[in-house]
Amino acid sequence: MIRHSDEVACAVRGLTKTYPAVRGRRGAPGTPEIRATDDVALDVRRGEIFGLLGPNGAGKTTLVRQLTGLMRPDTGTVEILGHDIVRHPERAARILAYLGQESSALDELTVALAAETTARLRGLDVRPARAERDAVLEELGLTAIAGRPLKKLSGGQRRLACFATALVGERPLLVLDEPTTGMDPVARRAVWAAVDRRRAERGTTVLLVTHNVIEAETVLDRVAVLDQGRVIACDTPAGLKEQVADEVRVELVWRERAPLEVPEVAVLRDRAVASGRRWTLRLAPEEARAVVATVTGGAAFAALDDFTLATPSLEDVYLALGGATRQGLVKA
Amino acid sequence: MSVVPAEVVPGSARAGRSAAPAAELGPRARLWPSLVAVYRAQLSRARVARIPLLFVATFQSVGILIMMRGVVDGGSEAESVVAGSAVLVVAFVALNLLAQYFGQLRANGGLDHYATLPVPPAAVVLGAAGAYASFTVPGTVVTAVFGCVLFGLPLTHLWVLLAVIPLAGAALSGLGAALGLLAPRPELATLLGQLGMSAALLLGVLPADRMPEVVRLARDLLPSTYGVEALARTFGPHPDWAYVLGDLAVCAGVGVVSLAVATWAYRRAAVR
Repeated sequence: MIRHSDEVACAVRGLTKTYPAVRGRRGAPGTPEIRATDDVALDVRRGEIFGLLGPNGAGKTTLVRQLTGLMRPDTGTVEILGHDIVRHPERAARILAYLGQESSALDELTVALAAETTARLRGLDVRPARAERDAVLEELGLTAIAGRPLKKLSGGQRRLACFATALVGERPLLVLDEPTTGMDPVARRAVWAAVDRRRAERGTTVLLVTHNVIEAETVLDRVAVLDQGRVIACDTPAGLKEQVADEVRVELVWRERAPLEVPEVAVLRDRAVASGRRWTLRLAPEEARAVVATVTGGAAFAALDDFTLATPSLEDVYLALGGATRQGLVKA
Repeated sequence: MSVVPAEVVPGSARAGRSAAPAAELGPRARLWPSLVAVYRAQLSRARVARIPLLFVATFQSVGILIMMRGVVDGGSEAESVVAGSAVLVVAFVALNLLAQYFGQLRANGGLDHYATLPVPPAAVVLGAAGAYASFTVPGTVVTAVFGCVLFGLPLTHLWVLLAVIPLAGAALSGLGAALGLLAPRPELATLLGQLGMSAALLLGVLPADRMPEVVRLARDLLPSTYGVEALARTFGPHPDWAYVLGDLAVCAGVGVVSLAVATWAYRRAAVR
């Protein structure tokens, strides 16, 4: 891609965080002890967009909070650009910018003031802070709404304004927790263009949390797949997909119900994951061809509403790797 | 099912980092500039969210004045009613609203924004506390002037509000911030803020002479009392300025301690 080196920007070893069990009170059941991150090891290289992919509750945000010094791990080390963040969590703020999922600290400020204040709190003097504010708002196309409070904006616009606050006061590492949630395609493009520009000009590293597989496939250089607090795979999106390259996904959508009276369809029933009228099958390519020929040719065709044949996505990788949650990854 | 270890890339293990020099850290935000930045940002929130509440605070105090007009004829009781109502505005905004604000910010993760910026904790707490204390200025002045006119008290020494508002503001907003940041749940922060304000209302506005001993002790423990006393003393023909200064010094002392506690509570709440 743009600029890569073997230099490691962020090295994580043996990172473990356990939430203690909560005793049940009257009317409220207790929760058992939860390992939110379980012996996580990662290397994020300088200048790459590194993704953490997993369904809700996989431990992505907990992991990121430990990397940004917001949460102390029970054990393990985090080293960012040569600084030990577990021992010196306060250094994280001087080396990275974090975009969390919550904007309540900024909600009642105008877009311009949110960006300017954040720049000031990142240690910039008044003039440079205002110059950065203007440049970043212009770059992201926010100038027209600079005077409006974040609260009054749509979800996507507000997210973009928060992203702007992560960019003011340059940092070599950007940690972005689902930055494009709720954004329209134009805003998404503005985000990735701004990220790419910083990588090209300054070698900025990006650590991205996402549960959106389409976004993961298009923007990430490498991705770690998280499931129940553990890294179950880590590679380039293409590399991960090769692991399931011998499979093809066939989706069949029936008009009303599956025609089980057709023997060829009845045979498939046990191998399909049914969700309403939709059947999803993971098959070897020649098998898939046979299935498509059957359902589009014979008696089954009358009952068929739609079908798709697709090469594997990161979602298939996740499921093939044994991801516990059947749903939870977003395709959008 | 294959599980690929995280270190799939050969040679990426632990090598290299010890040799590479640590990256230069970004600048730290200094106390005063960041305090001013937080103060400005918080003040601007008033325009969006706080103005209706500031009206409520003022109307509440003006209402109490009108209500007490039927009960109290004048003299020292009138002085404490007017002073109590004026300081109540400070308690409403600086104690109650700030406790709610920090309680919510802490509960919904809003503190992360500040916690991932290289800003001194004191700047965040003092900036917010200062802004909330500033919100109280118009309401307190309006209440004090209205009360003086209503009860026929002299306006001569109302300039003392210039000291009472910031010092009582520091004490009460420090208390509010500390309550908001220490409360384990936001509802509890709201409750504590409300209780603090109710205490300031009952113990500050009602004349102390008629209260039982226990309640008077509680009154002495409440920092807003000293703001009320300082202001009430200045309505007399010959105010004893030494006592006024003494009361204000108590406010200042409580302010320093409570803001220090709030700063400590912020640091504790920011990293969990």
